[in-house]
Amino acid sequence: MRKWGAWAASAVFIYIVYLILTLWTGKLGLWSPGELIAGAVIAVLGAIPLAEVVWKRGDARLLQPHRWILFIFYLIGPFFLSMARANFDVAYRVITGKIKPGIVRFQPHLKTDFARTLLANSITLTPGTLTVDVDDDTGEFYVHWIYVRNPDPRPEEVCGPFPAWARRIAE
Amino acid sequence: MSALFYLLLAIGTAFNGLGAFALMRFPDVYTRIHGATKCTTFGSIFSILAVVAYGFYKGGGEGGTLALHALLALFFLLITNPTGSHALARAAHRAGVKPVGAVVDRLEEKK
Repeated sequence: MRKWGAWAASAVFIYIVYLILTLWTGKLGLWSPGELIAGAVIAVLGAIPLAEVVWKRGDARLLQPHRWILFIFYLIGPFFLSMARANFDVAYRVITGKIKPGIVRFQPHLKTDFARTLLANSITLTPGTLTVDVDDDTGEFYVHWIYVRNPDPRPEEVCGPFPAWARRIAE
Repeated sequence: MSALFYLLLAIGTAFNGLGAFALMRFPDVYTRIHGATKCTTFGSIFSILAVVAYGFYKGGGEGGTLALHALLALFFLLITNPTGSHALARAAHRAGVKPVGAVVDRLEEKK
């Protein structure tokens, strides 16, 4: 039952993306019939590998709509702000050459795959920090930091509010 | 209105140029990933936002399609870019490339 749910959710996601890409192709309606049929076939087939790989640990929680709104708010609010700030920091380091690199380890206490992926992607997108590895069993993050302020940091020191947001959105 | 497009494009170009500059300036693969993938992502976000703004300004079916497609490209850029740079860094570390001038390397201690 759960497997079918994962497959259906993946198929709907693929179909929506396809429909956005082919918007205004029809003469009367928004889509031509050919595009609707082709999109349905692609969604049904593409959802099979997606359901196998992505939803392995069954995060059905992510289907709750208030988490999507939180996610979009997170993207244009706190995430974009710290990304812009970090960009100016790295721009300064590019020009002056003041770097003190190192790989640090910290434990953000995230359990689900989606929360870990969200945090790892946020860390990597923010200039100055780069996720090198995540321990699958313990959930420890190994992050390359361009200017190490503390060799044994707390999660907040490396990536600010990201762990709290990852927990709020995906757990 | 076109001043806004040019402003967004100028910010995007400036950060992309900075990313290229970082590629020459930093010492090893990890720090270069910082410059070459992050600065260019930030630059590309602004370049894409310029296209989106232009699409909405133009309006109609054509402009709306342009804006939507650009937004979709931005969404997938935000997902795939960190995944790619993470894969590069992890492969480099597995292949035994040490970070130059590192003050601490916890991943090496783990092995």
